[in-house]
Amino acid sequence: MSLRDTVWKALGTVLDPELDEPITDLDFVASCTVSAEGVASVHLRLPTFFCAPNFSFLMVADAHDAVSAVQGVTRAEIVLDDHHASAEINDGVAAHAGFVETFVGEADAELDELRRYFLEKAVVAGQDRVARPLVDAGVGPDELADLTLGSAPASKDLDRLRRRRAALGLRDDDDAPLLIHPDGSRVTAAQVPLHLRRARLTRLGIEANGELCTSFLKTRYAGTSGTG
Amino acid sequence: MYEKDGEKYFIVDSHMHFWDASRENWVQGREQYAKGWIDCFYGYHTLGPPETHWDWEHYLKVSEDDLMKDVFQDGYVDKAIFQSTYLKYWYKDGFNTVEQNGALLEKHPDKFIVNGRFDPRDGEAGLRQLEEDARRWNLRGVKVYTAEWHENGSRGWKLTDKDSYRFLEKCRELGIKNIHAHKGPTVWPLNKDAFSMEDVDQTATDFRDLNFIIEHAGIPRIDDFAYMAVQEPNVYAGLSVVIGAHLYARPKSFAKFMGELLFWVGEDRMTFGSDYNIWTPKWQIEGFVDWQMPDDEAFSDYPRLTTATKKKILGLNAAKLYGIDVPPECQLPTTAGEPMQPGEELVDEIAGSQA
Repeated sequence: MSLRDTVWKALGTVLDPELDEPITDLDFVASCTVSAEGVASVHLRLPTFFCAPNFSFLMVADAHDAVSAVQGVTRAEIVLDDHHASAEINDGVAAHAGFVETFVGEADAELDELRRYFLEKAVVAGQDRVARPLVDAGVGPDELADLTLGSAPASKDLDRLRRRRAALGLRDDDDAPLLIHPDGSRVTAAQVPLHLRRARLTRLGIEANGELCTSFLKTRYAGTSGTG
Repeated sequence: MYEKDGEKYFIVDSHMHFWDASRENWVQGREQYAKGWIDCFYGYHTLGPPETHWDWEHYLKVSEDDLMKDVFQDGYVDKAIFQSTYLKYWYKDGFNTVEQNGALLEKHPDKFIVNGRFDPRDGEAGLRQLEEDARRWNLRGVKVYTAEWHENGSRGWKLTDKDSYRFLEKCRELGIKNIHAHKGPTVWPLNKDAFSMEDVDQTATDFRDLNFIIEHAGIPRIDDFAYMAVQEPNVYAGLSVVIGAHLYARPKSFAKFMGELLFWVGEDRMTFGSDYNIWTPKWQIEGFVDWQMPDDEAFSDYPRLTTATKKKILGLNAAKLYGIDVPPECQLPTTAGEPMQPGEELVDEIAGSQA
């Protein structure tokens, strides 16, 4: 694997926190090059000029961390293009400043809580992705409440759910219940129908937003394609 | 009035604008924000059917004649409610202010209702302005944009802020019943609170006699909105953008949004808004009246819409909230505006038509 491919793979671990998808799949990477000296230069782009700066900051900072950690990369230069806060975000991340330091007087909290908020949503939505086919096949609330991660059918969605749960510090082992509340507690059989209704709704919000963002990005950069 | 298949629909467009995003109105040195803002809106505009698209120049500012034609002559609207949005940080005279909207009301008093606005960061001067606006325009509603930029910083504000409660108490005193809050796509400011709906939850509990219409139904955080609306009977789903951005461009998402809102919020608590000038009302009204939940298995546990559902959403609910006279042949009972208890099953987390 070339160093450029390894850098690309590292970028694939960076998520849009709100959309819960890798920035490489979302076509947010406008370009990615690595010089002979090992300097990785990555340009990111977003669907609109006014995309929320907090999510944008997280993506640039995470990309910086992921690319910097690649063996052989001597320096990571991550640049966010065409955004109302491009200058502040790019300079802030390059200087290893936190969000508060980057937006002095405008932000009063770092973004850990925000990241957690979206991860919790991802964990809720992920339960619908895994459980919906079972519900459609006729599995009832009692069985669903007893189902564990190990006994649910293997799928990419299940793997993804485990990763998000691990990121939140929630149980992701085979014996852990599939259906849980955001605090990790088990969903009872009586709560299953409404819990899944909620999970479906959370998934709808995330996925519909993802579709909208994708279409805005396509319109904004019509005629130019990213390096994905 | 819109008529289709022998049915008459009384139309209240409860969320629309008459904006000025022309270059002359851009604040010097902040042109990139002024342009960026309207570019964002234009992105949404292109989600309507292609034959309804305007060119970008026209989109910056339409004439009064254009508006009257688009909304009333071609657009079937019986009563249109202006939602004022200022954005003076980058639009010199404001994006669409109470004064701009009021000028049209004075010319066409039977066509419009003008809603005011407040920003608690404006302090005493803001309170006086609200009083003055209420008297001058007979305000029955306000639009609050908690994410708005301000000279005092870009962090926005919360409905639960102490100063905000002073304004809400003033609304109560002035007979302003309807609080339209933008809780939708996140653009600004920086803090997570900007899109959080927790402030609506608390405020709706503390001001039971006011109606809180959440424009764009909190989308993309429609889940947060729905769980809150279930517990707060004076919370409504404003369908501006919900219809405009999805009915044509994202029909499957639209069907799911409608199905979920009918389940969580109910047809008496949903109000139509075209969000003109983002889109014209005509295609949205025609499309919505023709629309039905797909027969597809994926939508099987969502309710189908009746003619009564559509009539209430397109006008009768908002008419009740605003005390608008509805012709007798169009009237239908709705519980909009009436005190209700939240559904116990939903609050106790044990409801659901299907696992």
